Amino acid sequence: MKNNGMSETSNRNSEYALQGISFFYIGLLIILPVLAITVEAFRGGVSNLWQNIVQPQAYHALILTFTIAVMMTIMNMITGTMTAWVLVRYHFPLKNLINAMIDLPFAIPTVVTGVMLVLLYGQQGFIGRFLEGHGIQIIFEKPGIMLALLYVSFPFVVRTVQPVLLEMEPDMEEAARTLGAAPSRIFIRIVLPTLIPAIITGAALSFARAMGEFGSIAIVAGNIPYKTQVASVYIYGELESNNPQGAMGLSVVLLLCSLFILVFLNIIKNKNHEYKKLF
Amino acid sequence: MNIKNYFNNFIDWLYSINLTKTVLIAVVFIWFCILIVLPLFGIAKAAFENGAAEFFTSLITSEAQHAFKMTIMITLLTILINTLFGVILSVVIVRNQFRGKAFFEGLVDLPFAVSPVVAGFMLIVLFGRNGLIGRLFEMHQMKIIYAFPGMLLATLFVTLPFVAREIIPVLKEFGVQQEEAAYVLGASRWQTFWKVTLPSIKWGLAYGITLSIARSIGEFGAVLVVSGNIIYKTQTSTLHIHQSFTDFNYTGALSGAIALAFISFIIITGMQFVNERR
Repeated sequence: MKNNGMSETSNRNSEYALQGISFFYIGLLIILPVLAITVEAFRGGVSNLWQNIVQPQAYHALILTFTIAVMMTIMNMITGTMTAWVLVRYHFPLKNLINAMIDLPFAIPTVVTGVMLVLLYGQQGFIGRFLEGHGIQIIFEKPGIMLALLYVSFPFVVRTVQPVLLEMEPDMEEAARTLGAAPSRIFIRIVLPTLIPAIITGAALSFARAMGEFGSIAIVAGNIPYKTQVASVYIYGELESNNPQGAMGLSVVLLLCSLFILVFLNIIKNKNHEYKKLF
Repeated sequence: MNIKNYFNNFIDWLYSINLTKTVLIAVVFIWFCILIVLPLFGIAKAAFENGAAEFFTSLITSEAQHAFKMTIMITLLTILINTLFGVILSVVIVRNQFRGKAFFEGLVDLPFAVSPVVAGFMLIVLFGRNGLIGRLFEMHQMKIIYAFPGMLLATLFVTLPFVAREIIPVLKEFGVQQEEAAYVLGASRWQTFWKVTLPSIKWGLAYGITLSIARSIGEFGAVLVVSGNIIYKTQTSTLHIHQSFTDFNYTGALSGAIALAFISFIIITGMQFVNERR
């Protein structure tokens, strides 16, 4: 009995120790840096920070990033859901290979992605040369940014939708089919509602990635102010030219955007949990 | 008569193929080939055109080698530190109860959502010469930003969630029953962890580590911002590729890119291997 009481305290102590270590690590790597940049950003006053954001070059970079991120996220929602659907529901040659290669963009360094795209779509590349003949330029233009973002964020929606499709019981779909519902109706009324939380989660992740992506874009976009300069590249440029105060505005906007997405993802997760509990 | 028969057969055949299925597979297949496969062909073609000799000479330049050594060192240390802290974080998040736990768990995901450039900037503000912590180290003549420790910190930041995110769901599903049983039978906490908990999470852990390796080798933005990109000192492989590219040294950039792409292939094969066992 006595022994038990003693080990209970030592147990409690080791629990506290582990908790302390965790707090220290998260505090050092995440909480303190976020606090430090927030304090630093507002030290020059709110109006200064605001001027940093609406300053024409920064503002243009921000709007460009946002527009492309939205377009790319919508495309990813469609292609990602389709890819997941095809991989789960159908059998066809090379399926396993494709399934394995979906994660490739996560494994390839973003700089390498950029170099690959330049090799293919640049002036020397065999597709780039062909398109150039038709007056279309991809590298150092907006389509290049789009391609780079599509490449690096391709796995997100696929990998969030796939497990949900795999787990889905076929009985509801079968019931609907027996009752005479058309395939399109079954998809819209039964399959899609189940998939939507997963699709939105994947979309939010790829949107976050698109807003912050740097490596591939730095290579592909040419980074011309007012034309192909995105937010992260603008921030890097300001830091390079030793003007951290100028980088502050967009950094705070991007950071707020990330926090907002995280909160949003958490809400979906909790909602989805409740929804599952209902059934 | 004959023609009519053929026509009817053709209509039957048209009905027999599932149109939706065929179109969907075709669309996904083409999209996948254009987006993912084609760039790989592009880089392979360029590699062959350049010739093997040139490829290896640019790989073994002392700059490239030094950069590669930096990458290896950062990756090894990152894996070591983040595996340790990742496991501790997961155990605390799953097993302990404390106020603000949901918020704490959310913080672990932050690096997934933050731009690498912003991550690097945050580290500069905190650990730089004028930063809250940087100032302390400066007094002891220690440099964090524009030096190795800063690059390590940046890599630790971007890879922080990987291990924890993979283990947390496994630990939740595993529950505490077996651990309690081991504990009641007289195993110490340490023994319980090694003999009961660790075997149950090992494949999740392996997957998290593989993802961390891929990210550590490939990280660019955060490391670039905090490193100052000094050749022979704070340049990693990805930084070297970028530098070669902006200096119009395309062969150098290409060789580095091929080498890293090759490593990525090994990693993704490893991911497949681990995934089948999860």
